[in-house]
Amino acid sequence: MTTTSINLKLEIWRQKDSKATGNFETYILTNISTDMSFLEMLDVLNEQLTREGQDPVAFDHDCREGICGMCGAVVNGIAHGPEPETTLCQLHMRHFKEGETLVIEPFRSRAFPIHKDLVTDRSALDRIIQAGGYVSVNTGGMPDGNATPIPSATAELAMDAAACIGCGACIASCPNGAAMLFTGAKISQLSLLPQGHPERKERARSMVATMDKEGFGNCTNERECEAVCPKGISISNIARMNREFVKASLL
Amino acid sequence: MELKSNVPEGPLADKWDNHRFTSKLVNPANRRKHKIIVVGTGLAGASASATLAEQGYEVSSFCIQDSPRRAHSIAAQGGINAAKNYQNDGDSIWRLFYDTIKGGDFRSREANVYRLAQVSNNIIDQCVAQGVPFAREYGGTLANRSFGGAQVSRTFYARGQTGQQLLLGAYSALSRQIKTGKVTIHTRKEMMELVLVDGKARGIVTRDIITGKLESHAADVVILATGGYGNAYFLSTNAMASNVTAAWRAHKRGAGFANPCFVQIHPTCIPVHGSFQSKLTLMSESLRNDGRVWVPKKPGDTRRPGTIPEEERDYYLESKYPSFGNLVPRDVASRNAKEQCDEGKGVGTTNLAVYLDFSEAINRDGEATILKKYGNLFQMYEKITDSNPLYEPMMIYPAVHYTMGGLWVDYNLMTTIPGLFAIGECNFSDHGANRLGASALMQGLADGYFIVATSIANYLSTTNLESVDSADQDFSDSEQQVQDRIVKLLRCSVGGPEGKLTVDEIHKELGLLLWDHCGMARNKEGLEKALSELPTLQKKFWDKVYIPGKGEELNQSLERAGRLADFLEFAEIMIRDALDRGESCGCHLREESQTEENEAQRNDAEYSHVAVWEYTGEGAEPTLHKEPLVFENVSPSQRSYK
Repeated sequence: MTTTSINLKLEIWRQKDSKATGNFETYILTNISTDMSFLEMLDVLNEQLTREGQDPVAFDHDCREGICGMCGAVVNGIAHGPEPETTLCQLHMRHFKEGETLVIEPFRSRAFPIHKDLVTDRSALDRIIQAGGYVSVNTGGMPDGNATPIPSATAELAMDAAACIGCGACIASCPNGAAMLFTGAKISQLSLLPQGHPERKERARSMVATMDKEGFGNCTNERECEAVCPKGISISNIARMNREFVKASLL
Repeated sequence: MELKSNVPEGPLADKWDNHRFTSKLVNPANRRKHKIIVVGTGLAGASASATLAEQGYEVSSFCIQDSPRRAHSIAAQGGINAAKNYQNDGDSIWRLFYDTIKGGDFRSREANVYRLAQVSNNIIDQCVAQGVPFAREYGGTLANRSFGGAQVSRTFYARGQTGQQLLLGAYSALSRQIKTGKVTIHTRKEMMELVLVDGKARGIVTRDIITGKLESHAADVVILATGGYGNAYFLSTNAMASNVTAAWRAHKRGAGFANPCFVQIHPTCIPVHGSFQSKLTLMSESLRNDGRVWVPKKPGDTRRPGTIPEEERDYYLESKYPSFGNLVPRDVASRNAKEQCDEGKGVGTTNLAVYLDFSEAINRDGEATILKKYGNLFQMYEKITDSNPLYEPMMIYPAVHYTMGGLWVDYNLMTTIPGLFAIGECNFSDHGANRLGASALMQGLADGYFIVATSIANYLSTTNLESVDSADQDFSDSEQQVQDRIVKLLRCSVGGPEGKLTVDEIHKELGLLLWDHCGMARNKEGLEKALSELPTLQKKFWDKVYIPGKGEELNQSLERAGRLADFLEFAEIMIRDALDRGESCGCHLREESQTEENEAQRNDAEYSHVAVWEYTGEGAEPTLHKEPLVFENVSPSQRSYK
């Protein structure tokens, strides 16, 4: 760790509440340690604003270790900022240059109304999961964990898909506002594993229908979602979802 | 305050069976008439909500985040224990029970811990059935690893994201019940107060984080699954929103708080790097399976690690504890790291770090094997520190991680308030003075999936509950109290920020006070100092805190201020509890209580009890009650990992 300090100009989207019209405000930050995380840099800004009697920038965050999926903003046009496979909380200031201007906006999508500043409503993603992102088993009376062997490679592939943190970056960066990477990841996990097979048709139909109903768009193979996904989830999961959906609808 | 543990009669192995048989049930057709509030959607809360809804109860589930999937259980990396003995290496329910109670340094109840070990196997089966993608062997069976001080391989895992996968499993079960309408989910709601009617828990008051609106919710039973209080220290591995408010509000309404001084300091965290730091990041202790811990033998050695020859390195855990080596329990590893740094042998820019070196493992097993096991952890480390553990040893230092203390509960997981249950990290029940690795996930899911429903049915069918409504006086009174408190919090902000302090500035002061005096090693003098300084800090907060904005809007400063106000009150019983416990035990060393070899000295004659604190009113000294711990099946031994 070699610590240096940089000065930054921030252009941040400020919006009082869901009804207000927002606008960009400019802030100057000096002496930002390059060992800071992006959110720690925002903390410093907010402490500064608070001391000046101004309203701090509202932003969502919780675990700050890249796994809860609560944080996220678009930095210079890229969801979660410039580092690949990195959530905003795990993005460090060493990736920015002295004097750089950072434009910071919320995850924008038709399906994600803005609550305030960088805080958005992503509850549509929960509703997609509620439509079928589960195996319908009640608690208790399950067969032994080793009763059904699952090839290691299959379990690993399912895990690749299950790693989704539900942050919504894929949607914010898709020109169509599609939630197909998010939905495809869950459908993939459960169609790869034998536990998900009994309900696979109904799951695919129901989750895809909910995705449409919530106002998400369709995939046109732009691959923007894959490029910004902090967990490196592959668009092959979208292909798998499409196969599952077609099989469920036609066969 | 009466502390009846309600541990069932009979031999240890039969207690849970007997108890389930003697517990009263609620007829399936009647369950829908009972409303249950569950606060928190982590492993314990989500699994309890889903299970109770499956059984037919009407459940209202609350979380502080924007989605129930984000609770901090999600960040657990290493794994979950179970007594499956799939590896044929001598494991059994009894061994898991024994390891857990011994790991907790004989400060937990035998019956609770035995039950935990019993249901551990059901948890794995349940999670597999939900589609949790556990790691598998090539033959398709579940993989296990040895973890944090265990001599058997009983830990199930999903890469370094076990907590995430188990939580998403519980979240999926919860989502299914939300879809059926049996669970009503309330996101972005913070519990501000517990409402009692006729001495029983009958509801809660919440604040909507988006609008600031206060709301009352009535029910027959309230379950708290609100996690631990590690953020009292400001810096911890907890999520930013983790707090003690729900548990503290319950405490002020009459729930006893047990062993608040039992705080686990985790040995393998990324060291602190600056005053702007907002949280600490844990690296799974599974890393200690292959990493070797060392410091330079010579204090003040600033050479790069790679240039320090073998004979000038002190692999202090291996030499001090030959049979456990780098796998000693968390408290031993943490304390030894602190000791090395106190002796001036710490490394890194702050000298508050030790090395965790993978070079031997990489030479032995190859890069690919090591990356398969720890790839995501290495990546995470590199992201934060800009250094790659494949080429340079990691630097680690202990950090506050888990709180074994919590609301006192009986065998039924009910607090001293009838109708108020506490599950998961927010109760005190299973980990004694120290939690073993991969046991938190086990306890959260045991409580939620397999234990609490039995207790709820028994409580509902043996208790007379009058019908209450959230519009009743008791609720509006509580709402008014919450409102008054918000007004009080905001009152010093009217004149602007001049001469005031921000919430975080005061929180950092509290954190340092606790870390310095109520951390890994404690002594009477330091604890008394902390206790005498606390009122000044509390006064400073109420006189000087500046909170921009108002109560009826999304106001993150106000949220943090409310939580800090409770941490400031709670810190008092933490310090008093540490002061009262004049022994070293589990996670903490009481400096006055050491063996001749400077190892922790437990004192069973005087301290073999659960310390339970009772709130006695504003400004009044809390009362200490003791639940004696009785060991009929194991004999408490002094832990030795030599």
